[in-house]
Amino acid sequence: MRRYVPKDNVQKRAKYNDRFWVAPQVPRLAVEDEHFVSVVRNVSAVAKVKDSYVELGQLVLEIEPSDNIAVLGNLRDECGYSVCSELSAIDYLAQDGEFEIFYQLLNMKERKRLRVLTRIAEKQAIESITPLYDMAKFAEREMYDMFGIYVNNHPYLKRIIMPDDWEGHPLRKSYPLEGDEFASWYEVDKIFGKEYRDVIGPENRDPARIDRYDTKRFARVGHEVPFGADASLVDTTDTPIEYSSAPLSDYQGGQHKVLEKRK
Amino acid sequence: MQEPNKLRPFFENLNFERDDNTMVINFGPQHPSAHGQLRLILELQGEQVVKALPDIGYLHRGVEKMAENMIYNEFLPTTDRLDYIASTANNYAFAHAVEKLIGLEVPRRAQVIRTMLLELNRIISHLFFLATHALDVGAMSIFLYAFREREYAMDLMEEYCGARLTHSAVRIGGVPLDLPEGWLQSLSKFLDELPEQIKLYEDLLTQNRIWKMRLEDVGIVTPEQAMSWGCSGIMLRGSGIEYDIRKEEPYELYEELDFDIPVSDRCDSYGRYRLYMEEMKESIKILRQLIEMYPETEARLMAHAPRYISAPKEEIMTQNYALMRHFVLVTQGMRPPKGTVYAPTESPKGELGFLIRSEGEPYAYRLKCRAPSFFHTGILQDILPGTYIADVVTIIGSTNIVFGEVDR
Repeated sequence: MRRYVPKDNVQKRAKYNDRFWVAPQVPRLAVEDEHFVSVVRNVSAVAKVKDSYVELGQLVLEIEPSDNIAVLGNLRDECGYSVCSELSAIDYLAQDGEFEIFYQLLNMKERKRLRVLTRIAEKQAIESITPLYDMAKFAEREMYDMFGIYVNNHPYLKRIIMPDDWEGHPLRKSYPLEGDEFASWYEVDKIFGKEYRDVIGPENRDPARIDRYDTKRFARVGHEVPFGADASLVDTTDTPIEYSSAPLSDYQGGQHKVLEKRK
Repeated sequence: MQEPNKLRPFFENLNFERDDNTMVINFGPQHPSAHGQLRLILELQGEQVVKALPDIGYLHRGVEKMAENMIYNEFLPTTDRLDYIASTANNYAFAHAVEKLIGLEVPRRAQVIRTMLLELNRIISHLFFLATHALDVGAMSIFLYAFREREYAMDLMEEYCGARLTHSAVRIGGVPLDLPEGWLQSLSKFLDELPEQIKLYEDLLTQNRIWKMRLEDVGIVTPEQAMSWGCSGIMLRGSGIEYDIRKEEPYELYEELDFDIPVSDRCDSYGRYRLYMEEMKESIKILRQLIEMYPETEARLMAHAPRYISAPKEEIMTQNYALMRHFVLVTQGMRPPKGTVYAPTESPKGELGFLIRSEGEPYAYRLKCRAPSFFHTGILQDILPGTYIADVVTIIGSTNIVFGEVDR
């Protein structure tokens, strides 16, 4: 379900809004676990830890973006976090003008997971962690592709999921869900050129679209012919789609056709 | 040089005129053994691969973007389309993450049913792997045998939830349905027959000279590579690292179940093939134990959490307040507390986890799907160089990637 915004009046406010609803917060516990305490101590020795807490059983470390190599290197070599399971970003541009980058790490010996969080400004780049974890070769490309976050010293920083010549970064909150103008004309622009937009028209740009007046393809909706009849001989003027156009109840006049029929 | 025009676009990554005598070939995305939509750009020196570049994104549907615009319950059927070979594993991974975020206790019967479905999906997925992998390598009859058994397993899924591929059989807070009459009998009948079939596959393949020649020492993944690339599941255990999330960070009923984790230190495709066979046997063992557990459970299927989960149907139809809450949950959606959760699960392909950042709204602020196949595709660029072009298909097959979850 799309978030509902009235199209005709964007300023219109919902009649009901839960003014008094305060979202609860998942408890952030102090670091008490023996292993996590030693991790925080270890990491504090090499870089500044802005905040550390335990959220749903996993340690969260907030650090400066410039320290990411030092912190992750320390975590990998000293604390045994040998696997980086995931890395990506969260868009907080509208709120703070920043991206939040997370690195989700796993310690196989201790069976512990932790998450390293760091925030960077919109145009700021972050250092690649490919020297530490090979998985960043793919994951950082995806982050660049989806959010437009530049990664310094990445061996091959190219778009990975979207085409190379794509404009915009789809997972940004500012990117519309249904795609922007570039996205909707992408194939037409690429194959025929921009000047063909008018020739082809918006109704033909989507190959998955089914046109009910299309007589050339299988979808002859609205142009059905009787079974066995030769389609070329049949009159192909539009067959109207038969929705019930006459309302059952005439609300204006207060007449109820169905009821009257029943009487 | 290329001369791009309107009908002949510029092919990036392809050099038609080169100084050295390597040849660049384009593998996929419509290759029958590309397992969906994988495009590999291979640079060959003779028959040897010098450089490989996996190109993905042909099946990108923006699942993560969709998740940000849907209420949680609505997103669940979308997860079916990630790893479409074992949909329930995705449904479960998502439901598990949301349950962890809101701190739900799932009733025991639902746990038993979920674990059963997960293991049944593991069997389905492994049979599919075996069938397609064998077909890629050239063993056509195995494909037919394995698909036959998979069909019976999918019949079981169909009997339970009505769908064969996109199950949506797990919901946030439990399962929607109890097991139908006689389902456990059909399941145990299936489990009685499956070991014979697995023995048939093993008799046909394990000592088969051609099979061994094609698989042994092909697609070597060293333990260091596997860890660095974030490999999980059989790709990791095939490299001699014993880590199974079911065992190490147990969820659902895996703590109470008795099963082993097969590990191979061969690091090659053959070792991984053996692991798939062994895992199927372990799944049979788990399912047998779950059949025993089922009758002892109380008949409750959904968690009791009125703020997040709708009441049972009888209550909705009889009690006004339950109906009101149901209406709010359907129209507005549940609002989990603010916070971030990452919940890993062991899907048939490896570590499947959803990272959900919730801002207290009925929509996830950010949902990241950590798909195992994504990294198993990435590792191809490191393990393919040095191998022969004939082995490329074996290696792709052996990584068992599914493009629904690679591209998302």
